[in-house]
Amino acid sequence: MAESEKELYKGYRGPGLECLKKFEAYIWCDVEISTHDSQFIGFVLPRSEKADEFHIVLKLRTGYNIGVSASKITNIKVNGRKIANYKIPEKMFPYSPNKPRVVLFGTGGTIASRLDYRTGAVIPAFTPGELYGSVPELADYCNLETEKLYGVFSENMGPEQYKTLAIAIGREIEKGVKGIVIGHGTDTLHHTAAILSYMVQNSPVPIVLVGSQRSSDRPSSDAALNLIHSVKTAAESDIAETMVCMFGPTSDSYGLLHRGTRVRKMHSSYRSTFRTIGDIPIAMINKDKITPLSDNYKRRRNDKDVTILPYFEEKVGMVYYYPNMHPDMIDSMVENGYKGIIIAGTGLGHVNKPLYPALQRAKDAGVAVYMTVQTLWGYVQMYVYDTGRDMMDLGVVPGANLLPEAAYMKLCWALGQTSDLEEVKKIMLTPIAGEITEREPSNGYLIMQGGIPEVEEFISQYRK
Amino acid sequence: MSNFKFKPFEEMTNDDYAEVGFKSGLEVHQQLLTKRKLFCRCPAGRYSKEVHAEILRHMRPTLSELGEYDGTALMEFKTKKDVVYQINRDTVCTYEMDDTPPFAMDEEALDIAIEVGMLMDANVVDELHIARKQYLDGSIPTGFQRTAIVSVGGRFPYKDRFIDVIQMSIEEDSCREKEDRGHLRVYNTDRLGMPLIETVTEPQMYTPIEVAEVTQIIRKINRSTGHVRTGLGAGREDVNVSVRGGTRIEIKGVHKIKLIPLLTYNEAKRQWNLLRLRDELLSRRITEESFVSKSFDITRFLKKTAYMPISLALAEGKVAKCVLLKGFKGLLSWETQTDTFFSKEISDRVRVIACLDNSPNIINSDSNENALSTLEGQKIRKFISAEDNDTLVIVWGNETDTDTAAKEIAIRAREATIGIPSETRQALLDGTNGFERILPGPERMYPDTDLPPAILTDERKADLRSKLPKRFWLAEAWYQELGIPQDVIGVLSISKYADLFETAVKEWKIDPVFASVAIVQYRKRLKKKGLCTCVAAENMQSIFEALRDGKIIKEGVYTALKAVMTEKTFTEDMLPVPANDKDIDEAVKEAKAELKAITMFDPANEGSLLTDMVMDKLRGRVSGEKIAKMFNANSKKEA
Repeated sequence: MAESEKELYKGYRGPGLECLKKFEAYIWCDVEISTHDSQFIGFVLPRSEKADEFHIVLKLRTGYNIGVSASKITNIKVNGRKIANYKIPEKMFPYSPNKPRVVLFGTGGTIASRLDYRTGAVIPAFTPGELYGSVPELADYCNLETEKLYGVFSENMGPEQYKTLAIAIGREIEKGVKGIVIGHGTDTLHHTAAILSYMVQNSPVPIVLVGSQRSSDRPSSDAALNLIHSVKTAAESDIAETMVCMFGPTSDSYGLLHRGTRVRKMHSSYRSTFRTIGDIPIAMINKDKITPLSDNYKRRRNDKDVTILPYFEEKVGMVYYYPNMHPDMIDSMVENGYKGIIIAGTGLGHVNKPLYPALQRAKDAGVAVYMTVQTLWGYVQMYVYDTGRDMMDLGVVPGANLLPEAAYMKLCWALGQTSDLEEVKKIMLTPIAGEITEREPSNGYLIMQGGIPEVEEFISQYRK
Repeated sequence: MSNFKFKPFEEMTNDDYAEVGFKSGLEVHQQLLTKRKLFCRCPAGRYSKEVHAEILRHMRPTLSELGEYDGTALMEFKTKKDVVYQINRDTVCTYEMDDTPPFAMDEEALDIAIEVGMLMDANVVDELHIARKQYLDGSIPTGFQRTAIVSVGGRFPYKDRFIDVIQMSIEEDSCREKEDRGHLRVYNTDRLGMPLIETVTEPQMYTPIEVAEVTQIIRKINRSTGHVRTGLGAGREDVNVSVRGGTRIEIKGVHKIKLIPLLTYNEAKRQWNLLRLRDELLSRRITEESFVSKSFDITRFLKKTAYMPISLALAEGKVAKCVLLKGFKGLLSWETQTDTFFSKEISDRVRVIACLDNSPNIINSDSNENALSTLEGQKIRKFISAEDNDTLVIVWGNETDTDTAAKEIAIRAREATIGIPSETRQALLDGTNGFERILPGPERMYPDTDLPPAILTDERKADLRSKLPKRFWLAEAWYQELGIPQDVIGVLSISKYADLFETAVKEWKIDPVFASVAIVQYRKRLKKKGLCTCVAAENMQSIFEALRDGKIIKEGVYTALKAVMTEKTFTEDMLPVPANDKDIDEAVKEAKAELKAITMFDPANEGSLLTDMVMDKLRGRVSGEKIAKMFNANSKKEA
């Protein structure tokens, strides 16, 4: 089949493209490139669209890549062509009659993907066969089925995806699945975990969201272990909640099961980035066992009585308050027809006084405004200072210890069901899945401070 | 294949090496002298034994494009190691721990690498692409090394020919292995991430001595930049060796050049002897297809054995297995390297792959007939139906590892029918080498998506080219013409004062022999007095400029250098002002006065003592000849 010109010169533009055309060479050609003072032998590779237009990329015989400046090239001799045909290895996922059926939903995250060695493109591995080919241990726990719902990056997840996911979960539970795993990019993993906690209620089986901080094409990836942990949880645990399953420490030792409404990504790149905020995780997990850290969780059941409430109001915003914030920040949302606003306020839940008129205007327009705290840990408490009381008079509702993201998702969900602000308030302040807790245990806030001798001593005794 | 048999190392001639088709290429690693590591801002070159934290990782093989594990991956997967990294928070950040993406490549390191490429007349690339080279042994926490080609091609002279360079890359250094016992491997991370270059040559060295000599040349090219680290571990070589009909085998991590000849000799010998072993097997009609081995659990026959290693293991509930190699009788005692036998090839595999690392970890019927009692031996032979021309290999340990070991024994024995397995091997202190791992496949290279390609502009290249030091071999040829002492030539040519020397000789017309000795030897002499030899190039230049301008005389150079080395800086007052006649007269008067207080046993020595005393008073300010001449003239006058 003839390849289109675009395919033949994939990624090349300007002088690079001109040069290849001039010497009748294109990608995957085995070439000898001559410049006025040197010679290079290798394969012409596709060029990244983000790279400049002045260089031609060559894979040398040693496997290394280099770029040659197109303007210096005096000749390209083509000695043949070998098109890379990248395929993910696949092995039949073995079926065992005694093992529970687990479904893995794919959303497009990198939990199970690998790199195309030649081009650098990430190719998702997803079918059971592909997964079994790379993580054979999965077959020790379950009979795995997979379904790719859509392929979007974590940051592009949105209302449609949430709804589709919730409905798909409901469908599988009704079919009698024993556990559900959702592969997801890590950036907004906790947003999805929160909304699913509201949309999917009374699940009889575990719903486990999992991702990876290091892509699975690298030997040190956390993907395989996270996947093993999450599949084990879905198949075996008696915790019927919506959870996030990711590394506990950065070491390859154990994972943590975090409640979907109390978890947050806390580091841009660490493996142990997900932490439960204001509480303790539900359980620890390794390849051999699941160890609950408290008995405060919903138990697995044998029925199929799940409730799916796939509601979502899109006109909801979130404002991260900063000193010097002008009222137009609030006004613009109100003027644009927003129905709900989550404020991440300072301290116990505060904003500056100049914002008050804007808050009044929001109240007058019937906008639901809820307060959460930037400190992440702790409760909103608006009675302590007069300013707080003033704000409540302006219609701002204290969001207890709702995490800002969990509050945001809940307000979207609540406003998706009703526009009656009293009804919304009732939904918002009635905990469904641990998003508001009555008490914060004393070990719910533990951030060890490096440098302090006792902390350093602790770190030296346990693997990070 | 010829009937040649390897002679002892000392007796091998160049013709012998030609006979076996000895060929060797080099991969010379050199740490660069930079302030920071290559992909993060941690300090480079700071070593520490203090450990603040540990991280545990497992390396998981990624599948090759064909859906198969490559050799190394499979091997490392079998070994199932717990890899522990020990971390010092002052030298390691979250980048080395693989918990933060890389920062932009250190520009200082890249400049040095480009410089080295230019010194070898290589083609420096226009655009640098960072690749990931997989390492599953855990020596890098990511599981791969970030590396990039800086230059392609290039060459340098050796004897009457040139050695061609394939490529030179810049890469991050790996961890230092601290411990490797059983299923645990511990790494120290202080060296991790330091900038390193790797120069790869074509296999154009034809004797072990040539390999060592060419290594020395590459090291000198690197050092001539003045921007590389020195000291143990700063320069390391991987040496590739093959013989005719053999396989390219890589001996990794050779620290000392003087070890190279014996190591390469032994590797060539090993390959040659493995090829002979294959022929022997063939003559016994054992081929890859007809090869037969079986393994049996023989724990029950050894419950009461007197052989300690096995009896101790079985007492702990471990098991013993016997692998029967059909028709192999005597071959485990086949010599491979000097005083090393084929059984070592098997024992190495068992150690590395099955993690059974107590020594001994196997016994065999070819060389350890007496380890077990005759009765035990008979029972086992009967149980496994062994025939007289078979070899039995016994291995013991926990069940899983012993199982892996039994399989591996059969694998390695079968490989003997093919010839030489593709492996990387580690250098041992006695000049032999041992199995390290299966040679990784070419598919372990893939692009690093974390960093964009870096453009090396023509301006940058031109700027670096204008500052290049003289090629050391050209400098040395010139020094020869100048008649510079042989022991000074090799040091001066790669020293940071080489440019100053050239200017001093060519432009300032300073005597070359004097200048070279002053630059190289004076510092050595002063080092013996406990002074630091490091003298900044500009300070050395200031001294020679003073000499040029007549501010000091030749004798003043040593004195000034001593002052610079003592104070570690240069000031004008360190220059000894040449003595005028009046100064000399006064010194002579003083000396004579002092001399009167001394009772001489032999008055004939008085003259020379007086000379010494005057010289001492005028150190560096007057020449010895002048004083000697003066006294001679005086004594003639007095006579």
